[in-house]
Amino acid sequence: MSSLAKNIESLGAFCLTALEQTGRTFNMLLQVIWELLHPPYRFYPIVRQMYFIGARSLTLIIVSGITIGMVLGLQFYNILQRFGSVELLGAGVALGVIRELGPVMTALMVVGRAGSSITAELGIMRITEQVDALECMAISPDKFLIAPKVIAGLLSVPLLTMVFDFVALFGGYFVGVKMFGVAEGSYWNGMIDAVEWQDVRLGLEKSIVFGVLVTLICCSRGFYMHLTKAGSQGAEGVSSATTDAVVLSSIAVLFSDFLIGALA
Amino acid sequence: MNKINVQLITGLFVMLGIAAFTYQAVTIGGASIREVPGYTLTARFDSISGLRKGGIIEAAGVRVGTISSIKFDPDNYKAIVNLRINEGVPLQQDAIASVRTQGIIGEKYIKLSAGGFPDLLTDGMEIHETESAVSLEELVSKYIFDGGTKK
Repeated sequence: MSSLAKNIESLGAFCLTALEQTGRTFNMLLQVIWELLHPPYRFYPIVRQMYFIGARSLTLIIVSGITIGMVLGLQFYNILQRFGSVELLGAGVALGVIRELGPVMTALMVVGRAGSSITAELGIMRITEQVDALECMAISPDKFLIAPKVIAGLLSVPLLTMVFDFVALFGGYFVGVKMFGVAEGSYWNGMIDAVEWQDVRLGLEKSIVFGVLVTLICCSRGFYMHLTKAGSQGAEGVSSATTDAVVLSSIAVLFSDFLIGALA
Repeated sequence: MNKINVQLITGLFVMLGIAAFTYQAVTIGGASIREVPGYTLTARFDSISGLRKGGIIEAAGVRVGTISSIKFDPDNYKAIVNLRINEGVPLQQDAIASVRTQGIIGEKYIKLSAGGFPDLLTDGMEIHETESAVSLEELVSKYIFDGGTKK
């Protein structure tokens, strides 16, 4: 009986913690918005974060974009060949990349490259009491640390997604047209006919949501590390907080991808 | 030096991203900031089953316009289609607009055929000669059941 009660108790504790952390994350979003509306407005920190989240991810995004485009070209070619409609290859690759794979893959890459380091950075700042030092000097940590990262995420992820999409279309072109000999005209024109402005807009909306979500989750995981169990574990705590942040933001990206797709 | 570098690279990154977006939105997505010069015509069809807004209008196989809107006319129980025809495509007043299919299972589009009338259609006028979408199922069932009654 007591072990049953204990199990139920741990389930309850798990739910409460999850709820608490979700609340903190979205509270952080409100604080970022609040800080944005109040002076002083500082532009340069955002540029520096965009350099870190966006510009430095560019190589990774271009390489993965080409690869994804080539894989899609290969798979779609195999499928379409069975139905004798290879001329739909361009449409298939473009719709798949622009609507779905571009935003999701980019967000996952950003989680892996930038998100993990955001959590680690903020977590270490927290456990070495640098955040407390900022507060002592009456510098709002939300304004100084969090807001530039979230804004940079909001701007960088859509831009990276667009680069990813663009590159992936050429990856598909390389495999479809150059390797398998699909007519070049039917590849590009099929693409132009099939993709509407709504598709591009959906991809853009998705990537904006992902950008905010990813940076927000990673920031809150690191910044509020002292409030979780990981906070008392020092270096080990930083590593577990980072792992949590990567897992959570990846799941958040995939789940919200479905939600946006279903609602749009 | 380091500071300038960061800003330069970030600026380049932003420009690259915006260029990629513009390419997708304008070239592939077909979003146009200004309207393509041309004129708008209307046409009434008994059935346009399968035709979509933004669909293609062809004359002699060449794309000459897009379908700007599709409405339902409750009085006559017909479909009203607004056709945006590009500039430099003259259409006679007895030109024929017909709903056709690309291939057997392809997308529906509107085919324009020239008429013989000397006067040309201008902005806002209606194409009176229309042919509706041909439904393969209807044709098949018609032949099957007509064949049955004759015997």
